[in-house]
Amino acid sequence: MLDHPKDSAFETFSGNRGLDQEEPPIFEIGRTDTSGVDIEEPAHLEPRLGALERKGPIGLPGLSEPEAMRHYVRLSRKNYSIDAGLYPLGSCTMKHNPRLNEKVARLAGFADLHPLQPQSTAQGALALMEELSRWLLTLTGMSAIALSPKAGAHGELCGLMAIEAALEARGEAATRKVVLIPQSAHGTNPASAALLGFQPRVIEAGADGVVSEEAVVKTLGPDVAAIMLTNPNTCGLFERNIVAIARRVHEAGGYFYCDGANFNAIAGVARPGDLGVDAMHLNLHKTFSTPHGGGGPGSGPVVFSERLAPFAPVPFLLREGETLRLVEHGDGAQSFGRLSAFHGQFGTFVRALAYILSHGADGLAQASRDAVLSANYLRAALRDVMTQPFGDRLCMHEVLFDDSFLEGTGVATLDFAKAMIDEGYHPMTIYFPLVVHGAMLIEPTESESKRSLDLFVATLRDLIASAKRGETRRFTEAPRYAPRRRLDEAAAARKPVLRWSAG
Amino acid sequence: MRYLPLTDVDRKDMRDAIGVADFAALYADVPSELLLDRPLDLPRAKSEMEVERLLSAMAKRNLSAASAPFFIGAGAYRHHIPASVDHLIQRSEFLTSYTPYQPEISQGTLQYLFEFQTQVAMLTGMEIANASMYDGSTACAEAALMAHRITKRRKAILSGGLHPHYADVLRTISHFAGDEIVALAPDVRAREDIASAIDDSVSCVIVQTPDVFGNLRDLTPIAEACHRHGALLVAVFTEVVSLGLLKSPGEMGADIVVGEGQSLGNPLSFGGPYLGLLATRHSYLRQTPGRLIGETVDADGRRGYVATLSAREQHIRRDKATSNICTNSNLCALAFSIHLSLLGEAGLRRLARANHASAIDLVDRLAGVAGVETLNESFFNEFTLRVPGDAARLVEAMAEQGVLAGVPVSRLLPQAGLDDLLIVASTEVDTVEDREAFVAAMRGAL
Repeated sequence: MLDHPKDSAFETFSGNRGLDQEEPPIFEIGRTDTSGVDIEEPAHLEPRLGALERKGPIGLPGLSEPEAMRHYVRLSRKNYSIDAGLYPLGSCTMKHNPRLNEKVARLAGFADLHPLQPQSTAQGALALMEELSRWLLTLTGMSAIALSPKAGAHGELCGLMAIEAALEARGEAATRKVVLIPQSAHGTNPASAALLGFQPRVIEAGADGVVSEEAVVKTLGPDVAAIMLTNPNTCGLFERNIVAIARRVHEAGGYFYCDGANFNAIAGVARPGDLGVDAMHLNLHKTFSTPHGGGGPGSGPVVFSERLAPFAPVPFLLREGETLRLVEHGDGAQSFGRLSAFHGQFGTFVRALAYILSHGADGLAQASRDAVLSANYLRAALRDVMTQPFGDRLCMHEVLFDDSFLEGTGVATLDFAKAMIDEGYHPMTIYFPLVVHGAMLIEPTESESKRSLDLFVATLRDLIASAKRGETRRFTEAPRYAPRRRLDEAAAARKPVLRWSAG
Repeated sequence: MRYLPLTDVDRKDMRDAIGVADFAALYADVPSELLLDRPLDLPRAKSEMEVERLLSAMAKRNLSAASAPFFIGAGAYRHHIPASVDHLIQRSEFLTSYTPYQPEISQGTLQYLFEFQTQVAMLTGMEIANASMYDGSTACAEAALMAHRITKRRKAILSGGLHPHYADVLRTISHFAGDEIVALAPDVRAREDIASAIDDSVSCVIVQTPDVFGNLRDLTPIAEACHRHGALLVAVFTEVVSLGLLKSPGEMGADIVVGEGQSLGNPLSFGGPYLGLLATRHSYLRQTPGRLIGETVDADGRRGYVATLSAREQHIRRDKATSNICTNSNLCALAFSIHLSLLGEAGLRRLARANHASAIDLVDRLAGVAGVETLNESFFNEFTLRVPGDAARLVEAMAEQGVLAGVPVSRLLPQAGLDDLLIVASTEVDTVEDREAFVAAMRGAL
């Protein structure tokens, strides 16, 4: 039963086996003279291109419409998705993506709108941005917002730029060059800080998985520009010393940047503004459920405290009576400048607002509470068979285990994850956060029914029992029932092949 | 709440299993004074019908490109998107999947990104491309940072034909990263002398073609000047359809090519989400930002794809990473790739010719409008007009007649004193009637 059908009797000429279909790259099925789009050839065209007309072939393959449909439908069936099953990737927040969001984002009045058409002809779009801003500012208890950052990491740059602009205004930009970052932070935090010329200084978390006031005080000095703290943190825990930490950092002349990747645990329950936050990005695709699309686009608006508000980037919205105006140039003001062309991920704003309005303030709080409830339910149901790095304590919306429960079984964390694929699940996040050996971070979100959670628990318990019984092949040879078995990542990196070529 | 499966009975059972009495107990780690003890001043949940009604009302307050003769470009372009593109990207397995962390069950995403990388490399005439960036402007900033890493110099020269938003983004990032920018004056007629601005301290020269005013630029002499001084040429485009008809930046000697890919498969959507394209030479692979997909084999020897060379990336290298970028514009890249596969080479070339023909027709019609002058000697689907008086006021007046006419240069460069310039784009979507309406509205408004 566990043996892969390698027997030639199971091989097929086409490579297809029932619904398990192979699909070659477009370059092997398309032709440069085939097109799936009918475009009329313009009559008597005398180009006005100077000497710059393209002469040689490009080599781009074309597919007729039926061929294209089949190609991409077949490819789609080689992907796992949240619509197909539980997707418990910790820190990634794979929750249900309502299709209403997609429908409204495609209304002609939104989708067919140019960012540079006269603002008088786009007042509805500006009103939508104003309404989204009102929700995000109220939910976070903050003073100002930048909608333009394109993703969470872009939001980090935005927040740090505002902090540096504020330091410049104070005349301290040259002396405050250190950003405190916990070891468990997302890798984007130190990367963003370094990109802007800050030096990351690591803060250690305590044995309880959170940062203590003392640990922060020890690293504070006149050279500190800011602290970047994720709360709830990447270990699934609430940084309970947050208020004291914020006070200490402020007293030392620094700012508090909060990585808001995990805001979905507390939206509607507690406000970052009350925690002492000066700047925080919100991952709209996570907390407000815009589809992740295989890895993007994201959207990372940043909210600011009163102290940082004057430095917010352009463009920003101004209400002038009945009219909304987008301020696109910051000349003479304190705005630190522009982060990207145009006004941000507007299509994502539409989706996020549809989600927000569907929930209402009451529903958003319920969603947060359900996400925390589900994670703790998994923790309680698995704590006798899996191990928690910081002891058995309440978690937020994700629960962190480590791999010590696999010790002596011959099964590695990666093998365990791959075996989950054969059970029909997307594995949890593994090997993150890096501070925990063999980390397994599970985030069920609020989208799962109790039945779904119970089945997931039963599956994990069965896998664990199997590992303990010594059935290692179930793990080391997994996955068997995926479109591909384990892929040779070392070979891919050693001799990179990044584009198709003939032969 | 229709999106939340748990019932109150479930919630109670689950709390019992955990051993907590109520929700407040679940949040025991949050200091109690921080827990909201009152409802926020925000509305309560709405039904699907109510949300749809509310958002439709907002959408109706906008004048959409679909309902007016439309000639706006300057970095974002309106093209026809085949119905199958949007259908395919809405398939659950594409729309609702995540970053391909588990390649065995993400082959769909990985294979189309591999195909996308190849298409972008072919189009730009470069050896490799990454799996998309946030948008053209941020990709342009990443290209400058990449050139700084490669040359170990920190000074970028920006052509005066570069989209002013792109220049602004570069200014912002350079200011904070401590890099130097030399921005040449707005170059309406593409006559600037870039070569003489290059010396041995320059890391890269950033030139757009077609430029923001619609002029086509031969990059070859600029590339030669760059290479003489050990600098890199970063070529930028905002209209990818132009590559169907024009010499590729690679052919002209570019070292890094960046651009906006929105034109293929992606709606205007008031400015985003779009997708940045980035292509370069194979030798700069390890300095390339963003995601890269590579081909490999699985345990059974079958061809497959993985995200690769992640040792450059933030999740491994943290503060030593080549960039802080974590996400990409994956779904937009899929739309781009599907649209381009449907077009194929033959279709892309026809689409490009149709765009060029529309623009030529509009330019020729405008030649008969007194006081209006087209400034371009060569162009693709966009050009710049000098109009009598204030272009922004003209655009407003034409909008009142139901024609969306173009982008006044003063909107992009308010301090440049170029208030009588108007950037106009014409694509395959415009009909002869639309172009007639444009000319009539302009005559009426002047």
